[in-house]
Amino acid sequence: MNISNRKTYMLNMGPAHPSMHGVVRLVLELDGERIMACETEIGYLHRAFEKHAESETWNNVVPWTDRLNYVSPLINNVGYALVVEKLAGITVPERGQYIRVIACEISRVTDHLTCIAATAMELGSLTVFLYLIKARECLYQRVDELTGARITTSFTRVGGVKADLPAGFAEKCAAAFAEVRTAICEADQLLTRNRIFMDRVEGTGVISKEDAVAYGITGPFLRSTGVPYDVRRAHPYLVYDRFDFVIPVGSTGDNYDRYLCRLAEIEQSLCILEQAFAQIPDGDHSLEPREMKHAYELQDMGKRGDTELIERYAAKVDQTLEGMAAAIRAPNRWATLPAKEQTYTNIEGLMNHFELVMWSWGIKIPVGETYSAVEGANGELGFHAVSDGADGPYRLRCRPPCLFTMAALSKILIGAQIADIVPTFGSVNMIAGELDR
Amino acid sequence: MILLWSGVKVAFALTFGMSIAGLLGWVERKQSAVMQDRIGANRADILGFTLIGLFHPIADAIKMLTKEDLVPKGALKPFHGLAPMISLGCGLFCLAAMPFGGTVTVLGRVWSLQPVESSVGLPLVLAALGLGVHGIVMAGYASGSNYGLLGALRGASQMIASEVCLVASLAGTLFLYGTLDLQQAVLWQAAHAWGIVFQPLGFLLFLTAGAAVTKRTPFDLPEGESEIVGYHVEYSGMKFGMFLMTDLIESIVVCCLVASLYLGGWAIPGLDLPAMGLLGGVLMAASFSFKVALLIFLLMQVRWTLPRFRFDQLLDLGWKNMLPLSLANFLVTVWGVYLWR
Repeated sequence: MNISNRKTYMLNMGPAHPSMHGVVRLVLELDGERIMACETEIGYLHRAFEKHAESETWNNVVPWTDRLNYVSPLINNVGYALVVEKLAGITVPERGQYIRVIACEISRVTDHLTCIAATAMELGSLTVFLYLIKARECLYQRVDELTGARITTSFTRVGGVKADLPAGFAEKCAAAFAEVRTAICEADQLLTRNRIFMDRVEGTGVISKEDAVAYGITGPFLRSTGVPYDVRRAHPYLVYDRFDFVIPVGSTGDNYDRYLCRLAEIEQSLCILEQAFAQIPDGDHSLEPREMKHAYELQDMGKRGDTELIERYAAKVDQTLEGMAAAIRAPNRWATLPAKEQTYTNIEGLMNHFELVMWSWGIKIPVGETYSAVEGANGELGFHAVSDGADGPYRLRCRPPCLFTMAALSKILIGAQIADIVPTFGSVNMIAGELDR
Repeated sequence: MILLWSGVKVAFALTFGMSIAGLLGWVERKQSAVMQDRIGANRADILGFTLIGLFHPIADAIKMLTKEDLVPKGALKPFHGLAPMISLGCGLFCLAAMPFGGTVTVLGRVWSLQPVESSVGLPLVLAALGLGVHGIVMAGYASGSNYGLLGALRGASQMIASEVCLVASLAGTLFLYGTLDLQQAVLWQAAHAWGIVFQPLGFLLFLTAGAAVTKRTPFDLPEGESEIVGYHVEYSGMKFGMFLMTDLIESIVVCCLVASLYLGGWAIPGLDLPAMGLLGGVLMAASFSFKVALLIFLLMQVRWTLPRFRFDQLLDLGWKNMLPLSLANFLVTVWGVYLWR
C-alpha cells in the first residue's frame, strides 16, 4: 500500500479537548478514522519545578512536590524527603517510616482509583466513574485528617513527617478500605467482563516488553507487559521489605492488562496498609499519655522557672503548627524541628527552632549528590539532588514516571483508531503536573 | 370539525413530543443521579420553590435561547442553520403518526386518537427517522471542522447500519400482523396477544437497533464526547439545543414504536377500551404513555450503565450480528405463520 498516494488529513487533538485534560496536544494524521502518524506535544503545564527548587530551602521544596502528581501527592512528598535524607545521612524512626508507608499506599489507591474511573468515564461509563470517585472521597477525607489538606498535603519534612497519626485513624481507615473494596467490586462487575468494555480495551494500546523497557517505562504500564519491576520490591525503601504483597503483572501489555494490573494493585495496597496498621510501633502519645496544655500556659510555666513541670505536658497548638513528636522525628537536631513544647518553653528549643527556619541558616546538608527513587502510582518516581553545602538544593532533578510513557505514546497509537486514543491515553494516566513539572 | 380535530391532534403530538423531550432531560438527570448516589439538578427555583428540579428544563430552554449563536467563519452558513431544523423536524414528524389511542365514540361521533391516520404509517415513520440523519451530515459538513465531519461520517454509516437492522427486525412482525398501519397492528395485538409474545427476538433486535438510531450511549458515536466531540461541535445556543432535543424525541419515537408494535400499544388486556367512551380514550392515552415511559426508563438505565462502542465494532454488531439474526428471525416467522395458518 502506497501511503503517499492516499488522501489523509490532519486533526489537531488538544490541548482544548475533553480527553486531553487541557494539557496535552496530539497532532494526528488520519486516514478516515485510522491514525497514520501522531505527534505528541507536551509542556502546557510547565512550572519550572526544578529551577524553582534551586531557590528554595530543603524543606520549602516539599509544597512544590505536592503539585507534581496531584492525584497522589503524598508519594511525591515522601520521594523528595527520602532523597534529601539519603544525602544528609538521616534515618527516620520506625514509626515515622510506617506513617510514610501508610501515606504512600493511601495515595497509590487514590491514584489508581482515579485512573480507572477516568478511563471508564471517557469510554462513556459515567456511573463507574462516580462510584470510584465516591470511594476515593473516603480516602481523601482520611488524607485530610492526616495532613490537613486533600491535595496540597506537604506532609513530609526532612527527617520526619509533619505530625503523628490522628486519634482513631486506623479505625476510620478500615472503614474507608471497606468502602474502596465495595467500589472496586462494583467496578469489577460493571467493567471487567463487560463485552463492550473488553472490546474497547483488549488488544488496543499494545506495547511489547522490549519496547517498554527500551523507552524506560515503569509502573503498571511496564508490569502489564509482564516485567515484574516494582521499586518497592527491587530496591526496598522505608519498611517495604517487611510487608507481604505480590506484584501483579500482565502478559499482553494492552489496555485491558493495565486495567487489571491497577485493579489488583489497589487490593495489594490495601493489604500493605492493613499490615502497616498492624505492625506500626506505638508513638509518644500512646507510650506515656501526657496532658495537653495550651502553649501559652507552658510558656508561663517556663517564665516562672517550672521547667520540670513542663515535661509532663504536651503543647496544644493550632493544627498547622503541630510539631514533630520524637517517635516520628529523626534525632538529628540540626535537621529536624524540636517538639513545640520545647520551642515554646525553653531557650534551647527556641534557638534550635530558629536556627532551622531562619533564612540562610536552615538545614545544611554536606556537599554531594545522590539519586533515590520510590514507586509512584505511575512508576518509578526518582529525585536526583545535588547539594553544595547551602541550605537548599543546588540542583534538583525529578524523574517523572509518565514522561517516558508519553514518549512512547505516538508509537503505540500509530495504526490505531481515533476511538482507541481514549482508553490508551487513559491508561497512560498522564498527570501533567509531573509530566511537565 | 374534522379538520379542527386533526389540528388538535397534531398540536397534541407536537406538544407531547416537545414537552416530554424537555421532561426527559430532567428524567435523565434525576435517574442518573439516583443510579450514581447523587442528588441531581435541584437548584432552579421559582419564588423559592424548586419542585425537585422540575424547573431545570425551563431554565435550560431560557439559557439556550439567550445564548449567543456562533457560526464559524469557515461554515456554510445556510446549511449550518438548516441542519438542526431538519433533524428536529424529522423527529417531530414521526410522532404525528403514533397511535396514542384507538377510536372512541363520544357525543355520538367517532373520534380517532391517532393524529395522522395512514395505511402506510409505519414506513412513513421509519422514513422520517432515517431522513433525520441528513441533519447530522449537513451539520458536520457545513461546520467546516474535521471533528464535525468525522461525526457526520460516523452518523451516516451508523444510521445506515442501524436502520437496515431496524427494518429487517421488523419484517417478521409485519408479516405476522399483515399490515403497515400502526393502528391496525395495535388492533391485531388486542385481538390476539402482544407482539413480544410472538416475536421476543424481534423485540430485542428492534429495541437495540432503535437505541442505535437514537444515537445515545452506548451508541453515541456521532457525538462521542470524549473522542471527537461530535457533529454538533460548532453549534451553540438553541441550535445545539435542537440537536439535543432531536436525540430525546427520537428516543420517544422509538419507544412509541416498540410500545405499539410489541407491547400492545394503547390496549389494556381484559378491558374493551374503545367501548368505554371518554374514559376509554383517557385510559388509552394513559396506558400508551405508561408503556412508553417504561421503555424510556429502560433505555436510560442502559445508557447510564454501558460504555460506548467503537465505530467499527458497532458496524460489526449491526451488519454481522444483528442483520443475520433479524433475517433468521424473519425466516422462522414466515415458517411459523405458514404452519399456523
